[in-house]
Amino acid sequence: MLLGLYNYWVVIVLMMVGFYIVIAHGNLIKKVVGLSIFQTSVFIFYISMAKVDGGSAPILAEGIKQYSNPLPHVLILTAIVVGIATTALALALAVRIKEAYGSIEEEEIQKKDNQIC
Amino acid sequence: MLTHLPILQVIVPLMAAPLCLLLVRPRLVWLFTLIASGFTFLISSLLLQQVMTSGTIIYELGGWEAPWGIEYRIDQLNAFLLLIISAISTVVLFAADTSIRQEIPADRHTLFYVLYLLSLAGMLGIVATGDAFNVFVFLEISSLSAYALIALGKDRRALWASYQYLIMGTIGATFILIGIGLMYQMTGTLNMDDLSRRLPEVAQTRTVFTAFAFVIVGICLKLAMFPLHLWLPNAYAYAPSIVTAFLAATATKVAIYLLIRFTFSVFDFSFSFTHIPLQILFVVLGLTGIFVASTTAIYQTNVKHLFAYSSIAQIGYMIVGFSVSTVAGLTATLLHVFNHALMKGALFLALGAVMYRIGSVQLTQFQGLGRQMPLTMAAIVIGGLSLIGVPLTVGFVSKWYLILAAIENGWWPVAVLILLGSLLAIVYVWRIVEAAYFKLPPDGRESIKEAPLSFLIPIWTLVIANIYFGVDTRLSVQVAQAASQSLFGVSP
Amino acid sequence: MAFLVGVAFAIVRMKDLLAVIMLLGIYSLLSASFFVAMDAADVAFTEAAVGAGISTLLMLVTISMTGRSEHPVRHKPLLALAVVIITGSLLIYGTLDMPYFGSAEAPIHQHAAPRYINDSMQEIGVPNIVTSVLASYRAFDTFGEVVVIFTAGIGVLALLSVVRRREYTINDDSFNHSMHEQHLILRIVTKMMIPFILLFAFYVQFHGDFGPGGGFQAGVIFASAVFLYTMLFGTSTARQVINQSFIQLLAATGVLLYGSVGIVSLLIGKEFFDYSALSADPITGQHLGILLIELGVGITVASIMIIIFFNFVGRRNNLQHKENEGD
Repeated sequence: MLLGLYNYWVVIVLMMVGFYIVIAHGNLIKKVVGLSIFQTSVFIFYISMAKVDGGSAPILAEGIKQYSNPLPHVLILTAIVVGIATTALALALAVRIKEAYGSIEEEEIQKKDNQIC
Repeated sequence: MLTHLPILQVIVPLMAAPLCLLLVRPRLVWLFTLIASGFTFLISSLLLQQVMTSGTIIYELGGWEAPWGIEYRIDQLNAFLLLIISAISTVVLFAADTSIRQEIPADRHTLFYVLYLLSLAGMLGIVATGDAFNVFVFLEISSLSAYALIALGKDRRALWASYQYLIMGTIGATFILIGIGLMYQMTGTLNMDDLSRRLPEVAQTRTVFTAFAFVIVGICLKLAMFPLHLWLPNAYAYAPSIVTAFLAATATKVAIYLLIRFTFSVFDFSFSFTHIPLQILFVVLGLTGIFVASTTAIYQTNVKHLFAYSSIAQIGYMIVGFSVSTVAGLTATLLHVFNHALMKGALFLALGAVMYRIGSVQLTQFQGLGRQMPLTMAAIVIGGLSLIGVPLTVGFVSKWYLILAAIENGWWPVAVLILLGSLLAIVYVWRIVEAAYFKLPPDGRESIKEAPLSFLIPIWTLVIANIYFGVDTRLSVQVAQAASQSLFGVSP
Repeated sequence: MAFLVGVAFAIVRMKDLLAVIMLLGIYSLLSASFFVAMDAADVAFTEAAVGAGISTLLMLVTISMTGRSEHPVRHKPLLALAVVIITGSLLIYGTLDMPYFGSAEAPIHQHAAPRYINDSMQEIGVPNIVTSVLASYRAFDTFGEVVVIFTAGIGVLALLSVVRRREYTINDDSFNHSMHEQHLILRIVTKMMIPFILLFAFYVQFHGDFGPGGGFQAGVIFASAVFLYTMLFGTSTARQVINQSFIQLLAATGVLLYGSVGIVSLLIGKEFFDYSALSADPITGQHLGILLIELGVGITVASIMIIIFFNFVGRRNNLQHKENEGD
């Protein structure tokens, strides 16, 4: 059982590293990096699901009998694009925040906000 | 064409969005957006009519049947929500041209409308679809456009609020994605109807339990259910007024829809409520949310913040109705979805009018506004009364049904707590009324004119709807009841 | 796999953002190679182009504006650690009942997938099964995906676009001339390579039916040719080649093209995105439909990537001009 699920467990560790970076680090760019790792690890998880032992890439060709499942591939292609869209928007926000607040560290931004109120 | 209504519902705003870029003058873009939204409303009314008379509508995209293709599945529940979303969108847009002239730089106006239409299309797409992964894709469309719309706010805190919302929202969406993946892993399908048939076989596995947990947590992040509500107050307070009016009345409703859809239709009722102690958890979190949020609202100096916290409390009421998990409880929740959209839509639009005239929504600036902007303040008062739950307003109807549902279920303490929550609402509404009517305007403020017609018309449309549906409850109750009955598998 | 974990942990500890971004690029590339090992050729292609390419590029441009290092967190992130551990444990608990890795008996290989694998050749006639699922069976999801990237582009425009002033263009030109002497070799080599990159982009676009490829990958490769040109020849020159409003129109056209294919199906009387309506022979209809929508995807992706890049760089140039004026 250990060997059969090992792959998935490693992926879960990766997901959690990404998740940790997002919530624990204060630098806005670092958070985006963490989000990226988190999302990419979910992709790896889905793709691991799709693999069939002894199968090959799902492109029909002569002589190949076993194919790996194409559906997760399609889903992940979409998810990758969604991921980059989110990253681009997050980075644009970070640039604007830097211009407006002079900093991209969560603590400093919150301090500046509290000073105004 | 009539058979294609389900997809047209989403395609009209979706294609209108890039078309906006082809139009040159911003005024024209506004008109175009308004017409597109109007069409969307028309389609949703036709759809609701169709569904109420002939039952669930199924539409196979690409001609491929599910689960190999994606299908749209419209039943009473989604038709109801489609109506609410498109109605609010159209009404709010009336005031958009005037409002954004003050709040958003002129060169961004066209982009604003593009994003608005994308957000609308995204939300409609989430509600109309019958495919779980399609939900994720359209969730991201509506979320990304919402982040961008919020960030257009004048105050720099809008940027920070948008970023926080982005982070929390993306975590939520990724959780939902993980949940979908786990469900797919165990059943081999993404179609929600198919899932509901295949999940019971594997329902006892730990994987399905985990899938459920991740999907629900992800949805609750989007829903701003206590304690995952931290992104909402700032996002609503600092976004441009039209954006707040639109999102406050629609975005969280879509999340409630997803919650109901996943717990009742995908994972069926027995799994969600008996296998997992969801009832207790949600009733506790819902009630805590009501009290914490209402109390926080009382101490706010920024009126937009005040109403944002009030929204979190209202979401708490919807969660409580949901957790009662009877036909009556669900009817109450759906009624509150409808009513809250009307209430908050009107309130935030009115705040938008105030912002337009005096450039601020601080409570201190509200002093004397009762005399200077009588129609706008009257709208706010009626909205406030609706929040409290005074008879003759729409808020009373949903509170009534909610309390009845709780009592029917034997949950007397819950009914009492709901009433206490309304008392708290009285306090924060009174603060505004007191400032507006019983205090003198701050020094140095010349006479302010009443809000322009472009604001007053939509505000009062919503206010009158507030009162009308508070008195003649047939339409809303009928649809809400039909929807919850179909979810419980009882034929109406 | 172990490499991935190592890289991930290294990212957590490092404070120098430049190093972090480079490591993230490596993480993406490692993931892409993992995808190849998992038989996911299209996905690997896309991940490499998008994750390792575009993502890294955008982050680098961002830190050139926001600062290179991260301030250390002052308080101990115990709550974060607790949340992460609970979530991770829940996930691991969830995997305990999952079918084993690589097992052919798993439900997902029994239910929907067999039809895709066995019947797609007759129903659609395209060897790359991923393309037939993406572009036909689940074409609406892909439409949503195009709209997502369009939304992000509009969002970035709304956040970062600046009105360019005439003096800036003049300053940029003199900057370009000085660059010319310094990077002569790079410029000449780039000029030779760009046509090949563009050609490759077109190849990927149209060959997606038969091998890994398709609209997204093609769009990204096309855009990267433009990025290369911009990096070496300066933004003002690049803007002369590619006009801002034109590229926005192009992005809109791509989305509209995709949607129009669906609308044509509607007008003919069939469901939205039912390609068999496009031609007398359903298989030809499928081919035509897939071709058109992939084109729409490619156009939109390329334009949006260019828009995003230009806006980030434009903002940066704006910042630099402001700093120069302040001196």
